[in-house]
Amino acid sequence: MKILVAVKRVADPDNLNKIKLSAQGKVDTTGLEPKPSPYDDYALETALRLTENGTNTKARLGEVVVVTFAPKDAEQMLRAMLGTGADRAIRVDATDDALDGDLVARGLKGIVEKEKPDLVLLGYQQAESESNEVGQMLAEYLGWPQATFVGHIQSEDDKALLVGREIEGATAQVRVTLPAVVTVLDKIVKPKSVQSKHTPATHAYPEGVRFAALMAIMAAKKKPLAELKLADVAADATLKVKYGAAELPPKRAAGVKVKDVKELVAKLKTEAKVV
Amino acid sequence: MAGTLVVAELSEGKVRKSTFSAIAFAKQVGAPFAVLSLGAGASEAAKDLVAFGAQKVLTVDDPSFKDYVCERVAPTVAKIAKDGGWDTVVLPASTFGKDLAPRVAAKLGAGYAPDINLVKVEGGARRYRRPTYAGNAFSWLEIATPVHVVSVRQTEFPAAEPSGGASPIEAVPRAPDDAAAARVQFVKLEVGKSERPDLGEARVVVSGGRSLKEQFKQVLEPLADALGTALGASRAACDAGYAPPELQVGQTGRTVAPQLYVAVGISGAIQHIAGMKGSKVIVAINKDPEAPIFQIADYGLVQDLFVAVPELLKELKG
Repeated sequence: MKILVAVKRVADPDNLNKIKLSAQGKVDTTGLEPKPSPYDDYALETALRLTENGTNTKARLGEVVVVTFAPKDAEQMLRAMLGTGADRAIRVDATDDALDGDLVARGLKGIVEKEKPDLVLLGYQQAESESNEVGQMLAEYLGWPQATFVGHIQSEDDKALLVGREIEGATAQVRVTLPAVVTVLDKIVKPKSVQSKHTPATHAYPEGVRFAALMAIMAAKKKPLAELKLADVAADATLKVKYGAAELPPKRAAGVKVKDVKELVAKLKTEAKVV
Repeated sequence: MAGTLVVAELSEGKVRKSTFSAIAFAKQVGAPFAVLSLGAGASEAAKDLVAFGAQKVLTVDDPSFKDYVCERVAPTVAKIAKDGGWDTVVLPASTFGKDLAPRVAAKLGAGYAPDINLVKVEGGARRYRRPTYAGNAFSWLEIATPVHVVSVRQTEFPAAEPSGGASPIEAVPRAPDDAAAARVQFVKLEVGKSERPDLGEARVVVSGGRSLKEQFKQVLEPLADALGTALGASRAACDAGYAPPELQVGQTGRTVAPQLYVAVGISGAIQHIAGMKGSKVIVAINKDPEAPIFQIADYGLVQDLFVAVPELLKELKG
């Protein structure tokens, strides 16, 4: 199976409460370490699990290509991903202010038409913009099926996937015939969330995503990393959505510490009047 | 502005409450609006949508829509929006709306404003505001295409109340499926068993963290029962298997904004806070006085939860 994984570099998702606003009202993430959007890391882990026997992860049984739309300094992230097992990387040179979700979807379509993967994987949501749209738009532009909010994948053969979509209070089990677009939740990196046809059903992965060994990172320097221009993949770079200024939400001030349960209940009854 | 098409969310033939948040958006922007009730049993459900001041309630009652499949539904929504000349299509920002809206937007060549928490109309121009950066910023956006597709957060658009009247109901035909629909087979829906109110709609939410361990249910359920409320959990508690995944509150789980949120043994990771900081009153119980949850709690109690919760239960009952 050949899998294309679309990834995005963001400011450290665990420290987003440290963002500031610039004088122009733009979000300033200075000082926060750039990292892959976590759900995209989970998408890469999913792709690796689908293209290997979990008991012998060194033997790759498919091809995984990672792609990002970003300036040159995002190559460090791509190299790290090549170190964890991706075979090739593509960087489409672009800055965030020249992109919207629709344009990224149209650009990905251009790449899919050239690469012809069986599956496109994405994180269900991007950590900075919190947008959740590229996968669905890409599926529409390609005329492919989409499966979003996916927490479980079973590859029955190389032609179809049985996926669990986590919707409010329920799981919808859906079988999609490839090629398809799938977006994944954090649950996808639990030990048994991805069942590849290559891996024994009894196999349990360690919790979370894998990390690259130093040797693998060195070896990854020789793996191909292509650079494309936005115009190579999308003929029309017109944006449909324009972001303006941002604001900081009203801060929730810390309230009071109560000394015991009695005082808490009294305050909830008489002051907050919520019980 | 020709008006707004509200796409209702149905579940087993009933209108979900999230729909009324989308109607609230339509009323707020002020243009005439229609509501589209689409699914198996949609004409029956339409009766619950006629008293909100819509110009009309459109129905597509089709057994093939019984189980939601985007590739079947999206072409019909897009066609109805186009044929009716509606310039805005609005859906609730539930998994249903978030799955469907982008595909509809792509079909219409429309810009998409996802997950909005505010809309401003100024001199004919419309600006949308949405939470970004795990809720640590609100970003404003404008849509450059003539048609807008929008999904609205249920927590910031309170459900519209019936305003009387009786909008006419009009059955409309469905559009052909996307070719891709033939490659999607709906297998089954596994519904989590719960007698409690839905997390997104509960007035009070009691949420627990990983420190409850195997006693998650044993400790929190009596408290939730006493408050007649929904149970929630942190991602850590769900990941560790102490609470079922559908209880997860936070960025990847549910976003809630109840009148009262009681965080029990929850430290307050950024992704958790993003899902609950819209709550009216927040109570935090944690034995660690440095836990970040105390920075946003209205009432903080530094105490071992295994002591505090039984005591709280006694006080509430007493």
